[in-house]
Amino acid sequence: MRSAREALTASRRAPLLSALGVVTIAFSLFAFGLFGLVAINIRKALDQVEERVEVRAFVSDSTDIESVAAAMKDIGEFPEVLRVDYVSKEKALERARKEMGEFADVFEAGVLPASIEVHLRPGMRSPTSVRSVADRMKTYSFIDDVRYGEEWVEKLYRLRNIATVAGIALGVAFAAVAIIIIGATIRMTVLARAKEISIMRLVGATDMFIRLPFLIDGLVKGVLGGLLALVFVWVANRVVNEYFMETIFFDRQLVFLGVVGGAVMGVLGSLVSVGRHLRRI
Amino acid sequence: MIRLTDVAKEYPRSGVALAQISFEVKKGEFVYLTGPSGSGKTTILKLLYLDDKPSRGEVWVNGVSSKTATGREISRLRRRLGIVFQDFRLLEDRTAEANVRFALEVTGAPKATIRAKVARVLTQVGLAAKATSFPPELSGGEQQRVAIARALINDPFVLIADEPTGNLDERATRGVFQLLRDINSSGTAVIMATHDLDLVRRSNYRTIELNHGRVVFDSAESPASARPFEEPWEVRETPPDSTEGI
Ligand SMILES: Nc1ncnc2c1ncn2[C@@H]1O[C@H](COP(=O)(O)OP(=O)(O)O)[C@@H](O)[C@H]1O
Ligand SMILES: [Mg+2]
Repeated sequence: MRSAREALTASRRAPLLSALGVVTIAFSLFAFGLFGLVAINIRKALDQVEERVEVRAFVSDSTDIESVAAAMKDIGEFPEVLRVDYVSKEKALERARKEMGEFADVFEAGVLPASIEVHLRPGMRSPTSVRSVADRMKTYSFIDDVRYGEEWVEKLYRLRNIATVAGIALGVAFAAVAIIIIGATIRMTVLARAKEISIMRLVGATDMFIRLPFLIDGLVKGVLGGLLALVFVWVANRVVNEYFMETIFFDRQLVFLGVVGGAVMGVLGSLVSVGRHLRRI
Repeated sequence: MIRLTDVAKEYPRSGVALAQISFEVKKGEFVYLTGPSGSGKTTILKLLYLDDKPSRGEVWVNGVSSKTATGREISRLRRRLGIVFQDFRLLEDRTAEANVRFALEVTGAPKATIRAKVARVLTQVGLAAKATSFPPELSGGEQQRVAIARALINDPFVLIADEPTGNLDERATRGVFQLLRDINSSGTAVIMATHDLDLVRRSNYRTIELNHGRVVFDSAESPASARPFEEPWEVRETPPDSTEGI
């Protein structure tokens, strides 16, 4: 195909700048990818943690069972709440013994209070919604204390937000640089072929026909950059897996999205440059 | 076929390049556009192939208006125009044949017909023997013939030539001029900008003369004696061409 052939000749005119363009696209996507990996791994951890997110309200010893049952019915109707269980003193003791193993004897009946255990619906487990449920449960007079894994839920959330923001900021910065560099390489080839392009114009080649080789050039560079980034991220992930901890990698859709992202950057770079410089020829 | 109505062109920095230009060119006509350097000849030709738009007025070419033309319409129109320049505008790294072929390839012409068409126009301009030569291996006159062949490849209804003999010696000038006459006599209109007054005087084609961006003479409208040449108009050997319009 003529356009594809011409796109390749264009790259051959400025090999160093072309390579630089591909590498910056790769860096950009590498930054997105690396922080993206951190984010999805935290996400996974959060999902596991969140499944265990529960709000536990300790009930005063003197409370009669009817009040507790009424409260449980109320709480069960909170929109965030998935399930409400009652943990009696005996059950609490039993659980504690199971968890503590050899120290099981330390506990005696009556030491542990009864409690209401609330599990939240998926999507309703963020620190704010957990806190709001806890606050509403505190309003019952017979509830002494409400506990939930406050700090570490918040920490995980914060970590994930930081990873996301850092990834996006760094990735966008690199993406801007990549688009500028791709634009520059394409500008060079546009200028090198100015005469050819002006003749094409005169004899009636359409703008699209003139642009196509440059767009293909940008597209190819973008896809190459995307694939290179994929290799970088994959190697980084392998290293972490080998020496530090078990992590998950992007699924197929996300990998595809990354390569498409590269293609978009490449095409954007050439579009900006070609649009601006073709008009002057 | 071609009509300019009260066209003006102003450039932001150099000011008025054309003012109150109105004329019409009919099918198959041969028109000289003369006038001193800077009088606006090139600017008019640019408006004709819609490389630029008039600041005021309207240019019509083969049913396409400068006011409404889209990019696609302009491309399609140019496939029916032949455009030739003083500096040939050939691609130095391609043979004569490849230069001509280029014009067909980039407009998506069917492959099957390209070879025969290229051979035909190269023969028409008398360069069949030099088909595989590169432009630097050709004389100025030969290079201009390649450019004309490229302009002819799409069977244009009009050939627009901006000082096509400006870089050529006497002999080559006569040759290229004769070629343009032949092309015209086979039905293609020719609009040729030139400041070569000898060439203009020796022939009897319609002449539009510009000065400071205005038409100061149009032989289709004025009697020959009104021509503001320092020499009398009697130099002409034959009366104006009968195809000339009002
Ligand atoms: N692209 C341009 N920008 C600014 N001024 C221009 C441009 N092209 C032509 N001109 C001006 O328009 C006038 C006519 O130029 P031109 O049409 O090239 O004259 P000619 O071809 O008769 O020598 C000149 O004064 C020239 O300086
Ligand atoms: Mg000129």
